[in-house]
Amino acid sequence: MADIKNNNSIELSRMDFVTDQTVKWCPGCGDYSILKQTQRVLPDLGIPRENFLFISGIGCSSRFPYYMNTYGFHTIHGRAAAIASGAKLANPELSVWVITGDGDALSIGGNHTIHLLRRNIDINILLFNNRIYGLTKGQYSPTSELGKVTKSTPMGSLDRPFNPTSLALGSQASFVARTIDRKPKHIQSILKSAHAHKGTSFVEIYQNCNIFNDGAYENLTNKKVALDNTIELKHGQPMIFGKDHNLGIHLDCNVPKIIDLDNDKNVSIDDVLVHDEKDIVRASMLSSFTYDDDFPTPIGIIYAVDEPIYENLLQDQIDLAIEKQGKGDFEALLNSGNTWEVK
Amino acid sequence: MPKIKIKHVDHVVIRFAGDSGDGMQLTGSRFTESTAIFGNDLSTLPDYPAEIRAPAGSLAGVSVFQLHFSSEDIHTPGDQPDVLVAMNPAALKGHLEDLEPHGIIIANKNAFNNKNLKLAGYDANPLEDGLLASQYEIHAINMTELVTKVCENIDISSKDAERTKNMFALGLLFWMYNRNTDTTINWLQKKFKNKPAIAEANVRALNAGYYYGDTTEMFTARYAVQKATLPPGKYRNINGNYATSLGLLAAAEKSGLPLFFGGYPITPASEILHSLASYRNFGVKTFQAEDEIAGISAAIGASFTGNLACTATSGPGMALKTEALGLAIMAELPLVIVNVQRGGPSTGLPTKTEQSDLFQAVMGRNGDAPMPVIAPSTPGDCFYAAYEACQIAVKYMTPVIVLSDGYLANGSEPWPIPKMEDMPDIEVNFATDYNGKDQYLPYKRDKQTLARPWAIPGTPKLEHRLGGLEKEDITGNVNYESDNHHAMTTLRAQKIANVANDYPPTKVYGKKKGDMLILTWGSTFGPGRVATKRLNKENLNVNHVHLRYVNPLPIDLGGILKEYKYVLIPEINFGQMLTIIRGQYAIDAHGLNVVRGRPIRASLIVDRVKKILGI
Repeated sequence: MADIKNNNSIELSRMDFVTDQTVKWCPGCGDYSILKQTQRVLPDLGIPRENFLFISGIGCSSRFPYYMNTYGFHTIHGRAAAIASGAKLANPELSVWVITGDGDALSIGGNHTIHLLRRNIDINILLFNNRIYGLTKGQYSPTSELGKVTKSTPMGSLDRPFNPTSLALGSQASFVARTIDRKPKHIQSILKSAHAHKGTSFVEIYQNCNIFNDGAYENLTNKKVALDNTIELKHGQPMIFGKDHNLGIHLDCNVPKIIDLDNDKNVSIDDVLVHDEKDIVRASMLSSFTYDDDFPTPIGIIYAVDEPIYENLLQDQIDLAIEKQGKGDFEALLNSGNTWEVK
Repeated sequence: MPKIKIKHVDHVVIRFAGDSGDGMQLTGSRFTESTAIFGNDLSTLPDYPAEIRAPAGSLAGVSVFQLHFSSEDIHTPGDQPDVLVAMNPAALKGHLEDLEPHGIIIANKNAFNNKNLKLAGYDANPLEDGLLASQYEIHAINMTELVTKVCENIDISSKDAERTKNMFALGLLFWMYNRNTDTTINWLQKKFKNKPAIAEANVRALNAGYYYGDTTEMFTARYAVQKATLPPGKYRNINGNYATSLGLLAAAEKSGLPLFFGGYPITPASEILHSLASYRNFGVKTFQAEDEIAGISAAIGASFTGNLACTATSGPGMALKTEALGLAIMAELPLVIVNVQRGGPSTGLPTKTEQSDLFQAVMGRNGDAPMPVIAPSTPGDCFYAAYEACQIAVKYMTPVIVLSDGYLANGSEPWPIPKMEDMPDIEVNFATDYNGKDQYLPYKRDKQTLARPWAIPGTPKLEHRLGGLEKEDITGNVNYESDNHHAMTTLRAQKIANVANDYPPTKVYGKKKGDMLILTWGSTFGPGRVATKRLNKENLNVNHVHLRYVNPLPIDLGGILKEYKYVLIPEINFGQMLTIIRGQYAIDAHGLNVVRGRPIRASLIVDRVKKILGI
């Protein structure tokens, strides 16, 4: 991909996407990695820099556009998805990215998130999920685990967390994926897939807040246990995981089970379920592993199908209306209906 | 057969009142159409319940359409009707008190049965009440029975036959006022193209009503209202919501910008969404969003990417849009927000008119967040107000509110059709190159207007970031410094103040100096002007100034107000413009504040003026 040039035949590099603004996230924040990988991926997408538009809401992650040397809009809390929808519909040529967080997208902006997903406007949503409110200094978020003790919940939170990928699937998203801030190559590959997907792409990025929720994903990122606790999904490949690559997902009468290919003589690789990113039932099952201690957390593209794209349907209506009624003639419209002359 | 007299009158007010299902709005609008084509000046006031179908026969379910037509220039739908069409007892009960003394009542006698009388709270049938008959001219007609008879050999249900009774009433009024039935017959045949039996039934009912007037000896007079001497030109009848849609579309056409409308259905603003949605062949993109916030947010996004972006709502929706308005002010993006005001607070009176969102429009945001507000004065003026709002938005890079209301939205008047060549230009200059040394400075302002440049995504070299955080002057970078914030707040305020430089001089109707100035804004124009004319006829030194530009106020207004001994501000709220005027000009203005869900009556203004003048 690196040899693809943009329309101006200028080869872009990561540095072309870096602004002169000082990045002000806390040292050690997972956001740095995501920013860097995004800046690495964009030059390879074959899109002129001026056609990128990053739109964010409010929260730590939403400062992202200030650090991207593209068009950007740091908007208001929760509304990035709605603002991005208008921006994309008004100018479908743009590559529009929504940068949001767990509070921004799932709490105050939950309504806009689900409706963007069901409309399937070609926008890429990057949801930085750190399972805490960082910018307001450490209250629990809609993805914090039940019983989370924070400043606003000294006796523990009372609400069950959203599972963002399940919410997205339930909202009829056409592309649902998950990645982790500590996996730079994986982020890059998911961002490229999200970009390539036509329709709304929902990417949940597990991101560590080392100040208010440090270690939230320790069991998924610590080298000692990460491979046992995560499963990297690849379309058409058997679902194998574990540090010894010996564990697999098996369906026993439609109930998922983990099988051990090394130690259980009754099973073979043929018993391992093959990932099919177009299968909504499997996708829902995989997503449900998320908070389940008995199963590995799925990483990668959980679901990806082609669905009608809103802005294309809108343009089709415009074309059809012009074909049927002729291109709008405003003087004629003004003078339509019952008119009369006063002499 | 006694000869029927023709009485010549200057103006007539008819109120059609009936059950929600009786088709009163349709009856009223058909009469309006014929009257407009005949050449009268007119003004209408539809007034219907918020419930789609309140219980039949109940007072809550009465739907009303009032029409004022005249051989002279008129400004209001009229204070009191001369004719009340009452399709059931509830309609009579709720509206009799407004009828002019000795006014005409036309009632559907069949609907005055025990059940309906009870629902309306009558102990006895008022049509048989001798007292009522002595005070008014009553025509009680068995409309349901008559239409059932004329539809006898048509293949429709008896229910469908009964439903044509509104056409009977319409036909009778056409006869009374010498109106031609052709337009309505054509309209019926077009509307029921696929249901010829229904079309036939309605046409028969209409004719039956017309001939009923002609052949029975119930009526001693018909009325002639001469054509009005309107300025020459081509006219159509138009209501405010439709005029608003056309104004937005006209601005898009003139500016060459594609029109984007993001909105959420709300009474009484939804018709703007509906009409724009039908203009896909103009390239109009309407987006019915998931909520009011998303509606304006999508419009802000579309504005950033270079469309002429707008949204329309009513008070409760406006409240939800408030934070996004602040963003548009901070990001300095052009945007038009139409607020079709209704009775408040909260859900309030969804279908009734009010002017009580003035404070909200002018002041209702966090921070010092000024923005221009234009209030159309008549239904037809909504076209120009919407157009002008777009002009200002693009020129000054700011959101602009069009403060319409329920009366303007649904009311209608004859409208001289404008020519696009006469409409002022809307110049759009997207930034295409650096405006600083080797860089693009998104907040480097035009020296005259203080507007910042509009560089849209997709333009090479001009990549920049907008946002709701305070901007550094010129560069647009995030900046929290105290001096910068003070300077930016000043610049934003000055930019909006500059909008007033473009206003035409404020017109004074009457004398430049005098005893009394009636100061109106928005839809109170009509009653204000009518009251002024009536008072002038009594040789009183009463004058009228109307404000279309409610924020910023016209620069010359302060000087004008000082020339009068008294200033009276009638408005459909509890003194919002009054507070603004008192605050801005430190004058002891008087208020006339009525919030009855209807336009203020001119007679009330007349009475208040006299009281103040001690007459």
